[in-house]
Amino acid sequence: MMTKNSAKVASYLSAGALALAASAAHAEWALNMTQGVTDISRRIYSLHMLMLWICVAIGVFVFGWIIYSILSFRKSQGAVPDTRMVHNTKAEVIWTVIPVLILIACAVPAARTLIETENATNTELTIRVTGYQWKWGYDYVDAGVNVLSTLDHASNEARQLNSSIDPASVPDYLLNVDHPLVVPAGTKVRLLLTAQDVIHAWWVPALAVKKDAIPGFINEVWFKVDEDKTGTYRGQCAELCGRDHGFMPIVVEVRSKAEFAAWLEQQKAAAQPAAAPAVTADATATTGQTG
Amino acid sequence: MAHEHAAAHDDHHQAPTGLMRWIKTTNHKDIGTLYLIFSAVMFFVGGAMAMVIRAELFKPGMQFVDPSFFNSMTTVHALAMIFGAVMPAWVGLANWMIPLQIGAPDMALPRMNNFSFWILPFAFTLLLIGFFVPGGAPAGGWTLYPPLVLQGGDSLPMAIFAVHLMGASSIMGVINVIVTIMNMRAPGMTLLRMPLFVWTWLITAYLLIAVMPVLAGAVTMLLTDHFFGTSFFSAAGGGDPVMFQHIFWFFGHPEVYILILPAFGIVSEIIPTFSRKPLFGYEAMVYASASIAFLSFIVWAHHMFTVGMPLAGQMFFMLSTMLIAIPTGVKVFNWCATLWRGSLTFETPMLFALAFLFLFTCGGFSGLMLAIVPADFQYHDTYFVVAHFHYVLVPGAVFAIMAGVYYWMPKWTGHMYDEKLGKWHFWLSAIFVNVLFFPQHFLGLAGMPRRIPDYSTQFADWNMVSSLGAFGFGLSQLLFPYIIWKCVKGGAPAPARAWEGAHGLEWEVPSPAPHHTWDEAPSMAVIARGAEH
Repeated sequence: MMTKNSAKVASYLSAGALALAASAAHAEWALNMTQGVTDISRRIYSLHMLMLWICVAIGVFVFGWIIYSILSFRKSQGAVPDTRMVHNTKAEVIWTVIPVLILIACAVPAARTLIETENATNTELTIRVTGYQWKWGYDYVDAGVNVLSTLDHASNEARQLNSSIDPASVPDYLLNVDHPLVVPAGTKVRLLLTAQDVIHAWWVPALAVKKDAIPGFINEVWFKVDEDKTGTYRGQCAELCGRDHGFMPIVVEVRSKAEFAAWLEQQKAAAQPAAAPAVTADATATTGQTG
Repeated sequence: MAHEHAAAHDDHHQAPTGLMRWIKTTNHKDIGTLYLIFSAVMFFVGGAMAMVIRAELFKPGMQFVDPSFFNSMTTVHALAMIFGAVMPAWVGLANWMIPLQIGAPDMALPRMNNFSFWILPFAFTLLLIGFFVPGGAPAGGWTLYPPLVLQGGDSLPMAIFAVHLMGASSIMGVINVIVTIMNMRAPGMTLLRMPLFVWTWLITAYLLIAVMPVLAGAVTMLLTDHFFGTSFFSAAGGGDPVMFQHIFWFFGHPEVYILILPAFGIVSEIIPTFSRKPLFGYEAMVYASASIAFLSFIVWAHHMFTVGMPLAGQMFFMLSTMLIAIPTGVKVFNWCATLWRGSLTFETPMLFALAFLFLFTCGGFSGLMLAIVPADFQYHDTYFVVAHFHYVLVPGAVFAIMAGVYYWMPKWTGHMYDEKLGKWHFWLSAIFVNVLFFPQHFLGLAGMPRRIPDYSTQFADWNMVSSLGAFGFGLSQLLFPYIIWKCVKGGAPAPARAWEGAHGLEWEVPSPAPHHTWDEAPSMAVIARGAEH
C-alpha cells in the first residue's frame, strides 16, 4: 500500500512542481514549494527537489525490499525461515558506506548554497524590519521613511469568530495588509530584523527568506529579486507570537528601480512637513500608494 | 519449574485489595498497568485537543474558538501527548516487561517506583487546571519560548511546576530502570544477551537522566525571570532570549529520541517474532542505538536554524544532523534483512510494526530534508515540520506502543485479544493517519505556517482532507480501549508462549504472568533459549 502511495506522491509532486512553475498564482491543491523570484530561492528550490528525489529513490529501494519480503516470505505460502541468517559483515559495510556517500553528495550543494545565503556584502538598500504584536514596521533607514504594515480591514472583519463573512469573498484573505513593504527589483536589499515585544519571524516564500525577529537583537538577511519579476509577494509571521500570530501577514511589492525611486521620494516629501508624529504621518501618506 | 513456584508464592500474597492495592502497590506489574492506563487517559485528553485543532482548521474563517484558546490547544496537546501519553506508556511497558525479560523478580527500587507514578496525576492536574485560571492555559507553545511564554497568566507557574514534577517522576523512573538493568539481571543474562527493548530502554534512561535536569533548569530560569526579577532571557536586562532556545533544545532533541528509542526496541522484538527468524545484526542494532543517542546531544540547534546563527554553527549542525541518517539507516536495513527469507505472518502487532517501518522511514526522509539548512529556511515552522514530527511520533512512537500492547497483552491478561477487531483498529489507523498527516507536507511546502488558527483560502483543500483524516483517526482509536477491555474480560486462553516465533524470558512464565515472577532466577538453559534474539 505504501509504495503505491509513495510512487503516487512522487508523481503528484512532480506534476505539482510543473503546474506551479507554469503559473506563479496561488494554486489550490498546491503540492510543492514554489521556485520563487530570486537566484537564492531557485537554488533552494533545486536543493529541495534534489533531496526529495534522493528520498524517493531510497524509498523505492527500501519499500520495495519490504514489499517484496512481505509478498514472498509468507508462512501461509509455506516459507521456511532461514534462522542462520543473523549477520553479514559485507552487507552491513555496504549499507553503511553507501548512505555516507549519498550524504556527502547532498552536503556539498547544501553547503555551497548556505555560504551564498550568508553572503550579505554589497547590499544596496537597507530596511529595518520590526516585529510587533501583531504588525510589522519597515524603516527605510537611509531615507528616513517608516511604514507600519497591519492586516487589511476586510480580512480582519472576516476573521472574527463567527463573523458570517465568507473568507472566500475576501481577496487574499489573511494575506493582505494596509501598507506593504515596497522594494526595488534587481537590487540587493538588506533587512535588519528585530522585534519590540516577543520573537516573530519574517517569511516570504517567494524570496526564500525566513529569519527570526528577536527583541534586543538584530538579525541580517538579504534578497535580490530578478529585474523582471516585479509584482506582489506574500508571506506570514512564522514564529508563534501570541494571540494574533496568524494575523500579521507580510506583503512585499516589488517595483522597478525607477518606480521605487519615485515612490521613495514621494514618501520622503510626505514625511517632511509632519516630522514630529512621524509614524502616523507616514501611515497616512502611504495610503495612496497601496491601491 | 520457576512459574509453579511463582504461582504457589502467589497464594501467600497478602496485598491490600480494591483501591488501596493500586495506591500502595510496589509491584512492577501493577505499576506498569497504572502507567499504561494513565497514558491511555492522556492519549485521549491530548487527542480531544487535536480534534478541536482540526475542527477549527477544517475550513477558513474562525468558527469555534478564540485564537488564544487555539494556542492553548496546540500547547497543551503537545505537552499532554509527549509527557502524558508517550513517555508514561514507555515507562509502563518498561515496568511490566524489563523485569520479566531479564529474569528479575521486580524493579530494583519498588517504593520509588510507586512514588514516580503517583506524582504524575498531580503534575497533569496542575497542568490541566490551567484552563480554569485567569489568563487560561499556557498558550506559548510547548517549546515555552520567552518572552512570549512570560506573557502567560496564572497558569504559567502552574505549568512550570507541572514540568518540574514530570521531570522528577521521569528521573526516578529511569534511575529505577538503570539500577534494575545493571544489578538485577539473572545470572547468565549478559548485556549482549538482553532483548533490544531492554537495551534501547537502558540507553533512553541515560538520555533522560542527562536532559531532564536541563529542562528543569530552563523552566526554573523562566520562573525567576517572571517572578524574581532576573533577566536570564530578557535582552533589556542583559540576558538572551535565544539562550533559552539553546538550553531547551539541548533537552528537546534527546527528548525526541527518548520518545522513539524504545519504539526501536519493540519493533526489534516484534519483527523477528513474526518473521520466525532471529533479529539480523543484533550487535549492530545495539551500537546504532547508542550512536543515535550520542548524536542526539550534538544536533540541537537544527531546531533553530532561523535564529541567526553564525555560518560555522549552521554548517556544524547541518552536518551532524545528516550523520544521524547513518545509524538510523543501519536499523532500517537490519529490520528489512530480518524480514528477508523469514516465514511471515501478519497478526496485529506485526501489522503495526510493519506500518512503523514504512511510516517512520517517511518521517526520516522529511527529517533528512529538514537537515539541509537552506531548504530548512523554507520548511522551518511550517506544516512540513508538523507533518515530519507527527510521522515519527504517531505512526512511529504511538504505533510501536500499540504494537507492544497487542504483542504483550496475552501475557498480561492471559487471553488473546480479538484479532479481527485488532486488524480493524490497525487498518483504520494506518489509513487515516496518512490522510491526516500526508497532506500537511503539501500545506507546509505551499507556505502554511504552523500554529495558526486560521489560514488563507488557498490552503483550504488539503486542510479539509487533513481534518477528515484526523476525525477518522480519532474515532478509530476508540476501538483500542474496547479491544483491551474485551481482552481483560475474556477471550481464548493464551499459552505461556503466546506467539509461535516468540523468544525471550517473558514467554517462559505462564500467561497471565503471575503477580510475582522470577523469584527464583531462570536457569541457564532457559536463558539460552530466551536469548535467541
